[in-house]
Amino acid sequence: MSTVDGPTLMPDSESAKDAIDRETERGKRASRRQPVRDWWNRLPRVQQWAYMLVVVVLAYLLPVLNPPVISTEPGTDWPIACLQMAVFALAAVGLNVVVGYAGLLDLGYVAFYAVGAYTAAMLTSPDSPFLHIPYLWTIPVAMAVTMFFGVLLGTPTLRLRGDYLAIVTLGFGEIVRILATIIPAMKGQPGFQNIGRPPGTGADGVPVFSNSNGTPWYWLTLTIIIIVLLLAGNLERSRVGRAWVAIREDEDAAEIMGVPVFKYKVWAFAIGAGVGGLSGALFAGSNGFVNNQKFDVVTSILFLAAVILGGSGNKVGVIVGAVIVVYIPLRFIEIAPYKYLIFGLALVILMIFRAQGLIPARQRLLAYGRLAYNKLGGRAADSPSTTGAVPVGEKGEAK
Amino acid sequence: MLPLLLAHLPLDDSTWITFDIPSFVQNFWSATFDGLTFGAIYGLVALGYTLVYGVLNLINFAHSEVFIVGAYGVVFTLSGLGFGPSNPTISGWAIIGDVLLALVVGMICSALTAYLLERLAYRPLRKRNPPRLAFLITAIGASFTIQYTIFVVRGANPEPAVTMFQPIPVFDVFGTIVDSQQIIIVVAAVIMMVAADQFIRRSRIGRGIRAVAQDPDTATLMGVNKERIIVITFVIGGLLAGAAALFYVMKIPSGVFYTGGFILGIKAFAAAVLGGIGNVRGALLGGLLLGLIGNYGQILLGNSQWTDVVAFIVLVVVLIVKPTGILGTSLERSKA
Repeated sequence: MSTVDGPTLMPDSESAKDAIDRETERGKRASRRQPVRDWWNRLPRVQQWAYMLVVVVLAYLLPVLNPPVISTEPGTDWPIACLQMAVFALAAVGLNVVVGYAGLLDLGYVAFYAVGAYTAAMLTSPDSPFLHIPYLWTIPVAMAVTMFFGVLLGTPTLRLRGDYLAIVTLGFGEIVRILATIIPAMKGQPGFQNIGRPPGTGADGVPVFSNSNGTPWYWLTLTIIIIVLLLAGNLERSRVGRAWVAIREDEDAAEIMGVPVFKYKVWAFAIGAGVGGLSGALFAGSNGFVNNQKFDVVTSILFLAAVILGGSGNKVGVIVGAVIVVYIPLRFIEIAPYKYLIFGLALVILMIFRAQGLIPARQRLLAYGRLAYNKLGGRAADSPSTTGAVPVGEKGEAK
Repeated sequence: MLPLLLAHLPLDDSTWITFDIPSFVQNFWSATFDGLTFGAIYGLVALGYTLVYGVLNLINFAHSEVFIVGAYGVVFTLSGLGFGPSNPTISGWAIIGDVLLALVVGMICSALTAYLLERLAYRPLRKRNPPRLAFLITAIGASFTIQYTIFVVRGANPEPAVTMFQPIPVFDVFGTIVDSQQIIIVVAAVIMMVAADQFIRRSRIGRGIRAVAQDPDTATLMGVNKERIIVITFVIGGLLAGAAALFYVMKIPSGVFYTGGFILGIKAFAAAVLGGIGNVRGALLGGLLLGLIGNYGQILLGNSQWTDVVAFIVLVVVLIVKPTGILGTSLERSKA
């Protein structure tokens, strides 16, 4: 621990002992048997796709099926509950890019969610004096605006150590809510009503995307989640994704290896922010009403809890985490008042006993996954956890 | 797309932000004195952030909860002694005695919270050598656990106000009255900060704190008990936060509720960064400056919530312009 000189431009390098301990710890974790994952990795790609198709179809049918035991009714309308889970999952996928891939702690993610929601609201609601555009157009606009805010906030703080990003984002999360209250144009508590919706009217003259029917909104959100997942998966396997993993594992080493650390951190932050804005815009549209009460900082911590609980860095994990975080308070109404207490405590306990979350991220050979595993032969299925630096070294061989 | 949107923004100033310059000029001095009072409180809380950051290189997010637990201790003690929303009717010496008792209780509550936090959350984690991120997540998780434990026990409403004494005008400067409350808070806070500074500079334990801040491994080799020093650092931060809690209750009698510490914590952290994090004197300087800036911003922009926004903007600007803060030097350099 060399520096106490206040904020330094680079993170501290850990002492060698710490690093070695961490490696052995990681080794222990890797050698643990993971039957489900091994089974999944051994399946041919066609079968993997087939299974995934079944899961996707089931996911689409979820609000229609309304399974009796799982259902949140009578407490909450089941399609609406599904929609809430989906919107939350989308936000968690976005936060996962920031926290899971690049290892940057964003404690004010709700701010981006709020910026997205307000962008959609102010561009479609009759209550706002601005230019009005069709709802579907607000989605890219909301993403662009939130990405702009992400860059604005990330540029000063991402050059410093990660702690500063954490507290600045925490502050930002609260400030957005305060600004929504005190700036007259943001309308504070009365908020914006009658936010736009995608076009389309049913046979009975009721709009397809009404605020009381969650199902079409759920399908729209689910489709967007799938698209974002595919894009995020591609990013993860690309040069950008490898850079993120390198930064997460050891920023100094990444810098020395020629990774433009700052640039990729800003990218991760901006992309995460953009996805947050996207989910915010969907929230605004499906809810039909936005005011300053819905974006308190505690929601950010729930987003973070979803990512950490599910397994930060793992796309499937964070979705599972998000579903748990939303579903449990809706299904078991008795514990709903304690949800922040429970998930706050869960963060502390998870960090001590299972920092990798329920479904840990595998650090596999990202670049040429399958090909590299085949070359490595027997090690393939057993060693999902190879350090992040390997893909760079293995690249030539795998080719 | 963006230029198009900007072109459609209404140009009417009152829609966005209004600057109230006459009010600023009129209330300048009262804002100054009030700002210094708040600044002293920020400074005391900021010291807790600075000390822990210096020793562990960790932003202790839960320090704001250490503070608010102290505030609950103060409020319970005072209301137990018969203080209420109206001015107390007992004699001056009795008030001083009761307030000092509340101060001691508040400091003990905060120090105990800080101690438990270190023992139950941070120490088990330290033994596992986790990545940095884990500490921050634990800190925020602990902060939430404490906040919502209070919420479950005491509910969302603020505690009933306790007024300690009626502020007496002492003298006036440029037509603005300075009252006894402001003087007591600023003087007492500055005395405590100086005492803490001297303790760290001159005492044996203070030398240990500086040694661990400088290089934990070497300090251990030189016979410093690192774990003990870390606990002591948390406890010192807690004691000062407890004192800050008393002054906070004195200043804002009805400001004690479960998230009450949260925003104050961010402001105190901004103060610590402004003065130079890891620097004990910087915490005081940063606190006072931030109190002033926040109050000026508040009267200029016409809503008390602007103080929080201004504090945040100060934090971001400091991080851009001079991340090491005004005084810049760190704990290790402040040799006796």
